[in-house]
Amino acid sequence: MAAVLPSTKTTGVVVAQRKSRTGYFLLLPGMTWLAIFFAIPFVTLFLTSLQAPVEGQSGQYVPAFQISNYSDALLEYWPQFLRSFVYAGIATGFALLIAYPLAYFIAFKAGRWRALMLVLVIAPSFASFLLRTYAWKTILADEGFITSFFNFLNLLPDDRILNTGYAVVAGLTYNFLPFMILPLYAALEKIDPRLMEASNDLYASAFTTFRKVTWPLSLPGVVAGTLLTFIPAAGDYINAELLGSTQNRMIGNVIQTNFIEFRDYPTASALSFVLMAAILVLVFTYIRRAGTEDLV
Amino acid sequence: MVHGRERNVEDLHLSNLTKMFGEVPAVDDLTLTIPAGSFFALLGASGCGKTTTLRMVAGLEDPTSGRISIGENDITSLRAFQRPVNTVFQSYALFPHLDIFENVAFGLRRRGIKNVEPAVNAMLELVELAPMARRKPTQLSGGQQQRVAVARALINEPDVLLLDEPLGALDLKLRRQMQIELKRIQTEVGTTFVHVTHDQEEAMTMADTIAVMNAGRIEQLGDPASIYELPKTVFVANFLGQSNLFAGTRMSSDSNMIEVMSNGIKFLVPVQRNSATGDEIIVGIRPEKMTVLDLYDGEKIPVGNNSFEGTVVDVSYAGVSTQYLITLPWAQNITVFEQNVIVGDRSSVGDRVLVHWAPEHTFGLAGGETLLATTAQAMAAGA
Repeated sequence: MAAVLPSTKTTGVVVAQRKSRTGYFLLLPGMTWLAIFFAIPFVTLFLTSLQAPVEGQSGQYVPAFQISNYSDALLEYWPQFLRSFVYAGIATGFALLIAYPLAYFIAFKAGRWRALMLVLVIAPSFASFLLRTYAWKTILADEGFITSFFNFLNLLPDDRILNTGYAVVAGLTYNFLPFMILPLYAALEKIDPRLMEASNDLYASAFTTFRKVTWPLSLPGVVAGTLLTFIPAAGDYINAELLGSTQNRMIGNVIQTNFIEFRDYPTASALSFVLMAAILVLVFTYIRRAGTEDLV
Repeated sequence: MVHGRERNVEDLHLSNLTKMFGEVPAVDDLTLTIPAGSFFALLGASGCGKTTTLRMVAGLEDPTSGRISIGENDITSLRAFQRPVNTVFQSYALFPHLDIFENVAFGLRRRGIKNVEPAVNAMLELVELAPMARRKPTQLSGGQQQRVAVARALINEPDVLLLDEPLGALDLKLRRQMQIELKRIQTEVGTTFVHVTHDQEEAMTMADTIAVMNAGRIEQLGDPASIYELPKTVFVANFLGQSNLFAGTRMSSDSNMIEVMSNGIKFLVPVQRNSATGDEIIVGIRPEKMTVLDLYDGEKIPVGNNSFEGTVVDVSYAGVSTQYLITLPWAQNITVFEQNVIVGDRSSVGDRVLVHWAPEHTFGLAGGETLLATTAQAMAAGA
């Protein structure tokens, strides 16, 4: 149409420009916030990660370009890095296993209970994260019924759950479960139930229908949910702090102790950057593999 | 026959099929045989049970009682994915994550057929969508999506193809085009098509046989012309096209004609066209069978024709025809369609006129029913 009526075209461009300027205006509050509380601290943190210690004065550092901070940190703390990703990975896997059937039920079977169930999913968030994790200390305590039950079945190598990797993974799974459920629910809820009927009509059994229709269509939710669970879980330190022993320390704990106790700011900063980079690489590889950009 | 395979299509039988939703029967003791290879329309207002019937045949809904069989083969207890039946869904329900080729290939792949390519390409050729094979459904227009839905179902060579309001989402012009297209495809493949619709014109254009459904039951069954020309119930008379109805009482009858007195006027109804058993008879006539004359032209009315006087209250010129709304002395409004074959000299609002028609077009319906309630229902459904 623009080709037929050139005047319309120019008007259109003017309108479009005005529109895009409005768009930038809307970005302003968010951008300012990000600049002050993310971009500037980010640069500061990066500069800190390259600082060198002042000889003889603990906790004092001068600007430098000490790249060895990174290699030293990695060499010393790679087991905690690895553990973080393993724990976060296992917790994400469990969260997915628990959340998918639940989200599926809420989306397709809950009927009038749907709203209530969604509230129940979010309800624990009304209590503080710290408090809930402390509650798990009680739940998994050595004298608690869960530990007793597993001990009765002789399933625990150390006769306990608290202060082991099991407890940390359980805590991570529990704490980040809503972040898995909600995106999964959002993705499943969007699926037209008639697609499943159509699949059924086209010789696919219930299981095949799930495999060929429901699951692929829910993939955006799976990707979003696993990322929202894995990323914070990998950087978490509260669960390892409260539910684990020194044997279960994750990278978050290392960063925290380096900052607060050892006052080794360059190492802590370097670790933070490595964690960030590692997560970015993992996430990009994952999204590539999942092929989400191809989905609706 | 798309793949040149000799098909042995068999009749679809529904026997005493009932579906209750709570206490309410959606489908009420339906017994019906749909002949193999026919284009069969289930026509009715929304909520009449036509879609429920279709879903029971597809296996997407379990009947409360009754049986469904194809030929001798009872399929009542088979699950949807085990039935030799495929559905074209109302909003197409194409898989958004698969391209057109994979959508069409879906059924074949599920049945473990390895080399699907020739069949899929032939089917896309049939619905004229071969160039679109690698597009996603959202990149297609409504009419194209509709054809994909047909192709996706037909490629499985079902014994019966079910179409649930397949053209409902299309605009009028495209709908006309698709009506012809569907009819062509049906003739080409020879499969039994069962078509559910609330659009009487769509049903009449496409179907060989129409079953008019109301309140979970079939009111009348037959080919479009015979149902239209001789409706057997008030519902059918009002739902399939329009009718002018006059409630009356049988005065006398001979072997040929029944004389019915209604509002002080005598009407002649042919005995063969009367479905009423008692003496309460509703006289019916289609609007286009009637002729409007000026009062002083009374002598032009052929002897033996039914006729009465009235006043024109509305005239609408609709190109092909002129529609008159005429009010009668007993405050009933009737509709008359007049072909626009005469130039000029049209009756206008306020004119007193004579309306007459040949008794051969008149039909008689069982009395005791309300004349308007069903009209209101039918109009609400059509809107």
